Amino acid sequence: MSATTMNSGASERAAGRKNSLHRQRLWALWGSYVALAVFAVVFLVPPFYTVVTSLKSSAEISAQVGSPWIVKNPTLENFWYLLTYPNFQTYYLNSVMVTVLTVAFSMIISVLAAFSLSRMGFWGSQLLSTGVFLTYLIPPSLLFIPLFQIVGSIGLINSVWSLVLLYPTLAVPFCTWIMIGYFSSIPKELDEAALIDGASYLQILTKIFIPVAMPGIIAATIFAFTVAWGAFLYPLAYLYTSNQMVLTVGIISDLIRGDVFQWGKIMAACLLASLPPIVIYAFLMDYYVAGLTAGATKG
Amino acid sequence: MADGSSVPAGMIASNGPPRASTMKGVARRKSTVAFLLCLPLILLIAGFVVYPAFYALWLSMLNKKMTAFVGLGNFAFLLKRHTFQLVIFQSCLFAVTAVVAKAILGFILAHLMHNIPSGTNQKIWRGLLLVPWVIPLALSTLTWWWMFDPSYSAFNWILNQFGLANVPWLGVGWIARLCTIAVNVWFGTPFFMIMYLAALKSVPEQLYEAASIDGANALQKLFFVTLPMMRNIIAITVLFSLIVTFADFDIVRILTAGGPQDMTHVFATYAFQIGIQSGDIPLGAADSLFMFPILAFAAFFVLRGVTQRSKDIAA
Repeated sequence: MSATTMNSGASERAAGRKNSLHRQRLWALWGSYVALAVFAVVFLVPPFYTVVTSLKSSAEISAQVGSPWIVKNPTLENFWYLLTYPNFQTYYLNSVMVTVLTVAFSMIISVLAAFSLSRMGFWGSQLLSTGVFLTYLIPPSLLFIPLFQIVGSIGLINSVWSLVLLYPTLAVPFCTWIMIGYFSSIPKELDEAALIDGASYLQILTKIFIPVAMPGIIAATIFAFTVAWGAFLYPLAYLYTSNQMVLTVGIISDLIRGDVFQWGKIMAACLLASLPPIVIYAFLMDYYVAGLTAGATKG
Repeated sequence: MADGSSVPAGMIASNGPPRASTMKGVARRKSTVAFLLCLPLILLIAGFVVYPAFYALWLSMLNKKMTAFVGLGNFAFLLKRHTFQLVIFQSCLFAVTAVVAKAILGFILAHLMHNIPSGTNQKIWRGLLLVPWVIPLALSTLTWWWMFDPSYSAFNWILNQFGLANVPWLGVGWIARLCTIAVNVWFGTPFFMIMYLAALKSVPEQLYEAASIDGANALQKLFFVTLPMMRNIIAITVLFSLIVTFADFDIVRILTAGGPQDMTHVFATYAFQIGIQSGDIPLGAADSLFMFPILAFAAFFVLRGVTQRSKDIAA
């Protein structure tokens, strides 16, 4: 009798403890959600305000009455203005062209180099791998002044082609680094088997390495895209006429005339210019995060 | 790796003289192909990184018209200039404060994310929290600028609703400094979050179980399990972020362009102002070069620590 009560008491206590543990976990879970929600709201304030402002007419913005956080008469006139504005179309096309070429060149250069550095090797290849990593640590603002002189001496000042030439220097080191990591993780038996079967190195690269390391290639591509699409310093320093500008500098130099800020149009332009990265990240974020963290842990 | 594959070839070569030449030939051809594959990379780095670096050194030792050699004159001139002393102070303040804030906030966020069940749910939250980092910085800074606008600031409107006076966000030195730091923290925290989240996920669950059995509380688990396991990724992330933050250009250029009274200038924006806008290329080059020893110093210590710890783990 006493034994059973003791037993049941113990089990009740155990159940109670389990319950409290359960309750504790639940509290932690809901606490996490609340805290995350607070962070998300704070983080999303600027994008939200961009959207709100982009939907306002110039008259509503300059009236400066009432809450700036709400739109009274939503209108798409800013977007319509931009889409039919020849300069903005030029900026967009220039951005697309520069980005596509940068991504293509960067990926070709870095995949070839990573294949060579991770599998074949030559005298000094270890040194080169280290050098590539250290190059990644050089920020663009360190060398933009000598590059200004160099770009000038080859006659590419105020030409989008200067960006096509220079952006790969920002993207290639990290892309190569990511690709070395992915290629090194491919088992050696795979390419040894292919070699025995008489495959050439080029075939090993295109038939085995690239398909197997596709997640890494996607990650590196997104990185190169991000660098080329969002860069601000080089275009600001090297371009000065509107037919050569890309989006990041075009928006600022075109829609801000002296003291006149066309905020509705600026915000709409920011939104349109942020669209490609947002779309790409929405679909391929997992690859990018995996590549980024893999690259860092191998470093 | 390269050494590993070339050693057996050499050993075989010493065994049989007739086959040696072909094996050597294969090895040599292989390394030639390897070198050729790396050639675009080598040319790119040599032409647009190494050469400009030495060219910058040369440029920084010329006079303004680039006609005469002045030795270290530009560096000495900069160091004596009050504006440049402000630049050094602000660059260090900006980088250190922003990186510490990002590291702490990123750590908290990573833990919060780790608490909620993984899967689609976590991915949606991660997507929301990564938005600041996804939008090109130059564009989102424009929005911040608009929110700090002196005549119609969205933040001031909220303050007014609570009966508080307007704040001159970008008009007063120290407030403007805090604003640039805040924008940088807003932009960079998600990067820390995803790096730390990946690190948290890689800590084996058994370690926590073992710690629980030994009676460790949450704080002890954090300090004796989580942090030691994450040390390398924390070090690398901090290094990456420190370099990018220290060399930041976009935020300061767009928000304040260095003002008020040059109090928010950092190395990059100041180099742009004197080198490109005022046309004193050598002085601008000298200004940029001041970043190099500071960054190299940070990189050296962080990377040495990381390789040492990696060796300890391997051993």
